[in-house]
Amino acid sequence: MAKSDTRYTKEHEWVRLDGDIATVGITDHAQEALGDIVFIELPELNREVAASEACAVIESVKAASDVYAPLAGKVVEANQTVVEEPGIINSDAEGEGWLFRLELDSTDAFDDLLDEEGYAEYLETL
Amino acid sequence: MIDNTLADDPTPAPLKTTPLDGWHRALGARMVPFAGYEMPVQYDLTGELAARCRGGVLAEHLHCREKASLFDVSHMGQVMLTGATAAAALETLVPGDILGLKPGRQRYTLFTNEAGGILDDLMVANLGADRLFLVVNAGRKDDDFTHLAANLPRSVPVSVQEDRALLALQGPLAAAVLARLSPEAERLGFMGVGELPVAGIPCIVSRSGYTGEDGFEISVPSSQVEALADALLAQPEVAPAGLGARDSLRLEAGLCLYGSDIDEITTPVEAGLVWSIGKRRRVAWDFPGAIAICDQLENGFPRLRVGLRPDGRAPARGLTEIVADDGTAAGGITSGGFSPSLNAPIAMGYVRRDLAANGSRLHLIVRGKPLPAAVVPLPFVPHRYAR
Repeated sequence: MAKSDTRYTKEHEWVRLDGDIATVGITDHAQEALGDIVFIELPELNREVAASEACAVIESVKAASDVYAPLAGKVVEANQTVVEEPGIINSDAEGEGWLFRLELDSTDAFDDLLDEEGYAEYLETL
Repeated sequence: MIDNTLADDPTPAPLKTTPLDGWHRALGARMVPFAGYEMPVQYDLTGELAARCRGGVLAEHLHCREKASLFDVSHMGQVMLTGATAAAALETLVPGDILGLKPGRQRYTLFTNEAGGILDDLMVANLGADRLFLVVNAGRKDDDFTHLAANLPRSVPVSVQEDRALLALQGPLAAAVLARLSPEAERLGFMGVGELPVAGIPCIVSRSGYTGEDGFEISVPSSQVEALADALLAQPEVAPAGLGARDSLRLEAGLCLYGSDIDEITTPVEAGLVWSIGKRRRVAWDFPGAIAICDQLENGFPRLRVGLRPDGRAPARGLTEIVADDGTAAGGITSGGFSPSLNAPIAMGYVRRDLAANGSRLHLIVRGKPLPAAVVPLPFVPHRYAR
């Protein structure tokens, strides 16, 4: 899927949509800021999460950080590869380093998230 | 998702800088506030240096364990005490044997208060000719200077070395590297100290450090620290390392961080630092807090600093609560994180004496859930000091 079909949050998550399935990860900016990632805790399958609900934890050598669900839905897949090898998030945050997939209650809110340009502009303000 | 991270230090502006500030930035350092200073936490290295070490806390840490790493620790306080009675005077503030410290030797000691609490930990070097050279923590140095000035007699002037910087060269290849720039330095034994030229620059060199590795701390005039740092970094085994690696290295080495693992509330007994109290001082009991410390040694003490290994991969950080199997409070973590050498989480903390034995099973409350952990001996990674 093209990068232009990716949406972003101000909490530095990215989301890609395939039908009503959203794949979620953290942005390259986020992994860069966090430094070496050493531990991931992902949400349990079938957990219902609300938009903006904390549902995963990323620990870097520096600190622990929450990951928030960008949209409401049910967790249908968690990336066990990053649990076993958290460094993948540092090397490919917006690809192989995806975290979990949500079956969305509704895809309507997807377009309300930041697009690539909007996220880039937001980063400029930080 | 990163709004709750990187909040390393609430120190208010304006921050001070070390004489190597521009040098760090040119190397790609990420600067963070620490103890009132802007300090490099890690480096984004480029070019030839990136080929030595890719940068970042993990790589900088592992480089130090494998080769030699250069740290700027110029934020630390450096003080010279002079006078024929300097050692006796300093002994009124610390439990270490300073009178017995020979010229050319350095020793770890503590400033203690009357309750037996620790005001700071420090290194004291006997430079000979009635001079003691002290290195104290950055975050405590202003209080330490006041403490010294207020309590030492006029015959022992306290001279804060504002115009000196401090570098640490640490790692198994540190001695071989430094020998090229200072053959005299390589002849120092562990905790030896000398006034020696390094790369032609007059320095105070001690064979010591805060990583558990062989290495040196080098006090140098601020005006020449950049030349010295460049000379050290010109050696192919050397890579720069930031405060992030410094912290994970010292945690693996089981060394205390003042303000986290020891403070005015903890005593040397609880902290497992009784070894730093001189034998003669333990007979005379003539240092601040001696009564409280003697009482703890004779009648027992409530808690002990221990090493902890969480069972899984989740790190448990400082301030994490520790509970016993029966659900009662067992203590708390004071330093915790991820060990790059062991590829596993490690922590230090204080636990109840009845739970402090090696192998004792405890639970660390991480994000509201009990994480099983075991008490283990310190250090986590064996020290490799020069013999």
